[in-house]
Amino acid sequence: MPVKMERNTHEKNMLRFASEHPEVLVLSADLGSSCEVKKFRAVYPERYLTMGIAEQNMCSWAAGLAREGYRPFIHTFSVFLYRRILDQLEMSVAYPNLPVVFVGFVPGITTPGGVTHQSNNDVGVLRTVPNMAIFDVGDATEIEGVLDLAYAYNGPVFIRMLRKEVPRLFPAGEPMQFNRARVLRQGSDVLILSSSICTEEALRATAVLERHGVSVQHMHVSTLKPFTDPAILKALKKCKYGVITMENHYVTGGLGSAVAEVLAENGIGKRLIRIGLPGYTHGASKMYLMKKYGIDAMSLIRGVEELTGSSLKIAEEELEKENFVDFLEV
Amino acid sequence: MSEKIYTREEVQGIADSIRRQILGIALKTGGCYLAQACSSAEIIAALYTRILNLGPSAGLWDAIPFPGVPGPDNMDYPRGSAYHGIPAPDKDRFFVSCCHYASVIYCALAATGRLSPGALEKFNVDGWNMEMIGAEHSPGFENTAGSLGQTVSIAAGTAQARKWKGDTGLVYCLMGDGELQEGQTWECVQTASYYKLDNFIMVIDANGQQVEGAIRDQTLLEPLEARFASFGAACVVCDGHDIEAVAQACGTRHPGQPLAVICRTKGYTGIPPLKKRWPYLHFIRISETERPKYQKIYDEMGENAGEDGKEYA
Repeated sequence: MPVKMERNTHEKNMLRFASEHPEVLVLSADLGSSCEVKKFRAVYPERYLTMGIAEQNMCSWAAGLAREGYRPFIHTFSVFLYRRILDQLEMSVAYPNLPVVFVGFVPGITTPGGVTHQSNNDVGVLRTVPNMAIFDVGDATEIEGVLDLAYAYNGPVFIRMLRKEVPRLFPAGEPMQFNRARVLRQGSDVLILSSSICTEEALRATAVLERHGVSVQHMHVSTLKPFTDPAILKALKKCKYGVITMENHYVTGGLGSAVAEVLAENGIGKRLIRIGLPGYTHGASKMYLMKKYGIDAMSLIRGVEELTGSSLKIAEEELEKENFVDFLEV
Repeated sequence: MSEKIYTREEVQGIADSIRRQILGIALKTGGCYLAQACSSAEIIAALYTRILNLGPSAGLWDAIPFPGVPGPDNMDYPRGSAYHGIPAPDKDRFFVSCCHYASVIYCALAATGRLSPGALEKFNVDGWNMEMIGAEHSPGFENTAGSLGQTVSIAAGTAQARKWKGDTGLVYCLMGDGELQEGQTWECVQTASYYKLDNFIMVIDANGQQVEGAIRDQTLLEPLEARFASFGAACVVCDGHDIEAVAQACGTRHPGQPLAVICRTKGYTGIPPLKKRWPYLHFIRISETERPKYQKIYDEMGENAGEDGKEYA
């Protein structure tokens, strides 16, 4: 599968987006240059607020700006936007339902920075926060569309943002849609629901699975809250053997848990295999971590084998043919 | 300033009526945040009469049932900020961070004609908007301040936005000294100083007490004046029970800097028996054995207030 890689997509898109909305501001807690807004600072110095390494104040300050009609887009690593400042996020922003956008970079294990930098349970924590929407982008096209969706949402938004080299998996003319999963492959045996960087990884497996006779329905999920896409419910009802979720997140609380809730609430007696991070992780390269913690293509193959009860005899080499770019910098 | 010109005696009368009404609530319900009323009565009375430039209240005259939590389908609920008037470029904004003072704010609103005195009967009553610890919907509250240290940042963000818009009105934030122990407070002061928010004024009721006792027995907070100054803010200290002193301190010029007004107060001012309880004054419960003593004070306060004394208990 030839995959085109795009570079610094958010940097360009944030500039485009800000040019269309003069009330948009960027707030930074000293990681703006690591969050692709260095150029924004040069182009819009008066709309770039340096808040110091002080996330609590940054969050509540953004609430004050939002109350006055500005649209703050807070930029830092995802982990510092929920784990460090959950009370500020909830009481200053989420409770009054203010349109503050948390642009969280290096979600999950997309950083070699180790446990302090990895947001492995951000979705799990934030799914319990009322009023808030959660977007988890999977490619360059979604990065280009997610700010407009966040802007249109009536309330606070958390974005799990990708940076630097990101594949373009989806056509540029087919932007991300709110609360609508993207159908990447139609099939009837097994449903695969993937998100974030796991979709690229799943794409490496689904073609191989088809060649081995498994009919796969593959959908990419980029809106994790709300989680009420009727197409997902329909697909859950349709799949013959069951569903596999695959996410760059702790196995508890994220996409897999959201799907479990839908299965149970609708009385769908299908098996669910949740592929996700087993807990805290350590610092290393993305590919190493995906394999070590089992959120890679081979883990998906194993899941399909378990659901279908058949050994597919797919070798690692068959999956290795696909393009893969690593995230080397902190 | 507000349209009505208040004499010093009238402002003191409002402060006295605040104390009396909160004591009345304590007598009626068995307890209230009475010491906070005692420490802040003059500060809050001065703010609403002498210091804040507010338009007429746009809030509902009477208490209302809780209008529901904010959300995508509920953003038009009656706001507590409406009691400070319709926001306008030349008008001030008033944030109350020390939201345990909610009863004091309600009483001050009632005493200044912004809220029905009868609304106080709904204070802390299940299902009504007059909650014990205020939130967005509570009269006099811009925001939900119960988690300490956040409101000062929200107010500062508001001040920055207003500065950009060219508003001439100021942004005030009333705080306790206990909450100054929150690290976020100092994150905010350093940032407000960095952005030279000279339209931002922090008014601190420095009563030296917190839940577990005297502040000095919990952690190191002083010297507050030097601390604010070292974080880049202009800072003045005044006697928080002296109405003229509070008003004068809030009028201190502070070009290019936010201003911190430290009002030194005591949590037993006006109700002497509370002094024996110092420094354990966070929430005052009145036992049956103490009741006659406090009832007597309440009655005397009513006599002193004459016909203007607002009845509540």
